[in-house]
Amino acid sequence: MLGLVPSALAAGHLPALLALSAEPLAHLKTLDIAVIVIYFAMVIWIGFYLKGQSNTSEEFFMAGREMTAWIAGLSFVSANLGSLELMGWAGSAYQYGILATHWYWIGAIPAMVFLGLVMMPFYYVSKTHSVPGYLDLRYGRAASSVAAISFATEMILMSGVNMFAMAVVMKVVLGWDISFSIIVSSVAVALYVGLGGLRSAIFNEVLQFVLIWGGALLVPILGLIQAGGVDGLKRQIMHNMQTMTGGVAGDSYFHLWRDLGSFSANPMGVHWSGIVLGLGFVISFGYWTTDFLVVQRVLAAHNLRAARMAPIIASFFKMATPFIVILPGLLGLVLLQNGDGSRRQLVGEDVVTACAMNNAGQVANVSVCQAAMAKSSLTPDAQQKVLAGGPDAELHSYNQALPLMMVRYLGPGLLGLGITALIAGFMSGMAGNVSAFSTVWTYDIYKALINKRGSDSHYVLVGRLSILVGVAVSIGAAYLVMHAHGIMDYVQALFSIFIAPLLAAILFGMFWKRATKLAGFIGLLTGIVFSASLFMWVKVTPAALAVVALSPDAKPMAENVFRAWWAFCFAAIVIVVVSLLTKPRPVAELDGLVYGATKLPREEPVPWFKSEYTWAIIVVVLFAALNIIFW
Amino acid sequence: MHGSKISIWFFIGVLLTAYGVLIAGNGVIDLVMGKLAPVQLAELHAPVWWGGTLLALGLFYLIKFRPGKA
Repeated sequence: MLGLVPSALAAGHLPALLALSAEPLAHLKTLDIAVIVIYFAMVIWIGFYLKGQSNTSEEFFMAGREMTAWIAGLSFVSANLGSLELMGWAGSAYQYGILATHWYWIGAIPAMVFLGLVMMPFYYVSKTHSVPGYLDLRYGRAASSVAAISFATEMILMSGVNMFAMAVVMKVVLGWDISFSIIVSSVAVALYVGLGGLRSAIFNEVLQFVLIWGGALLVPILGLIQAGGVDGLKRQIMHNMQTMTGGVAGDSYFHLWRDLGSFSANPMGVHWSGIVLGLGFVISFGYWTTDFLVVQRVLAAHNLRAARMAPIIASFFKMATPFIVILPGLLGLVLLQNGDGSRRQLVGEDVVTACAMNNAGQVANVSVCQAAMAKSSLTPDAQQKVLAGGPDAELHSYNQALPLMMVRYLGPGLLGLGITALIAGFMSGMAGNVSAFSTVWTYDIYKALINKRGSDSHYVLVGRLSILVGVAVSIGAAYLVMHAHGIMDYVQALFSIFIAPLLAAILFGMFWKRATKLAGFIGLLTGIVFSASLFMWVKVTPAALAVVALSPDAKPMAENVFRAWWAFCFAAIVIVVVSLLTKPRPVAELDGLVYGATKLPREEPVPWFKSEYTWAIIVVVLFAALNIIFW
Repeated sequence: MHGSKISIWFFIGVLLTAYGVLIAGNGVIDLVMGKLAPVQLAELHAPVWWGGTLLALGLFYLIKFRPGKA
């Protein structure tokens, strides 16, 4: 989900990174290459194997609706576990400490539980094939078409950006050619999703989930051993913070909520209200409950109980993810070293760009570099070392914290496993994008607006072809981004622009019988326009951030969360006002769509330890305990 | 996802077993030959125990979810 990638990665710095890195971070051995090749062979084998089980539209687009709760749950959480996320949030943890954990806990867990217990019955009972499909049933074709077209566009462009970002990371980490990475990954994705449809995408996401944990878990384990455990890590971070300039107070690295009372008291420049309302409610609920990319995975569950249980199972793993993302970032802060044994200090992409080296290993533009370093947290010694050139002079960015930690600890074979985990993360993200695009294109655009009378096999063929076309357009988008870097910012903003009004439309549609068709359509459309206008306002006039986030001390991270909140409020007000001015649908028409107008099917009783409510309570208690422990 | 169809867990078993054999095998050879990889904490021989863990997990899934098992 690029929309939740930290701003350092989302700000279009990847192309700059590409131009600068002369020497790759890692060199793979034969064993590492073998590990990567085996992964590619496996995903293509799965695609060919599943081809025979993807003949009808229900099988191809909905995986036959026969996934168990565990498979749907792991696929659900895995669709979000992309490599840009892993690297970006590890870098954010290096920079901001455990504040970054908010995007894994309050930014996910409440929404997942809500989806499982409250929303899933409506998605499942209505037998919709997509989120735009639900909007069609609830608000009619106009609202559904707006959602479908915006979602399909977003998916395909995101896939291109994802593809390009992966190629850049492979170039920086391994020195691989950009076109090689783009072509190999896109051919593999087109093959296995085109052959096996959603079932193949889901299988590979579960495989990727296992790979990511298998490849990344070793880094924090070895890091903690070397740092002397959690106490040793804390002690060394506090010590390092005293020697850095412009850094944050050391103990701020270990508090989730304590310093969120004002924008200026924490390094992210956010306020608790933005974290709770913008991130915890709008962005999180918008993504986890209305973004079809993830909801599609749960819709593939074999019965309602499995569909409700899947997000709850996923929430346990989401809660544990900071162990392989946030912890390596914190460990990097104290363990990364230069060749001479001195501490390696990572910086922002802007400083890396400003201090680019020439072919002679010297800083190309000394005055620009000095100015950039003066604003960074680099120690005077480290700044001198950069200006002097030579070994260890090249700067690395926060986003390289995770790959640098992998290179530090993982020898032959294990490094290949770690790199495979990153590749798998990228590929499953791409596969998620194209499989969701294919479903929405076929059902909500082609079937709804172009050809309503096709046979089942015709729609499967359209779905397969749309995957090929989608991958081809994604490749085009990847090369477009490569040659026009500024586009990346706009593509990555699409998610945050669409998601808030969509959440308002779905929540009012699902929980308020009075919400009318016209209100849903107008609320969604004007909400998107309002959200896009706020984005462009801040883009063109950066000072507007202080207005959007209600504080002159707000930083870019705050903009996303407050823009989401205002866009939701705007869309909600429009929906309420227009609904009150227009005629509601008869309640009888809302059966299966709206809370209070729907008879939910009775589920077979199960022992308490198999009940979704029991596990939801455990999740909520754990979530609360973690937030209190790291307060 | 059971019965005549191959379970996803079987595929995972195949992959983990292959990785376990390669990584643990290489780690054991290095251990026997007294070779240390040029990484931090190489003396802990992570490939041996981590590769061994992957192998054990892989074999578990491979056997438990093998095709044709009722």
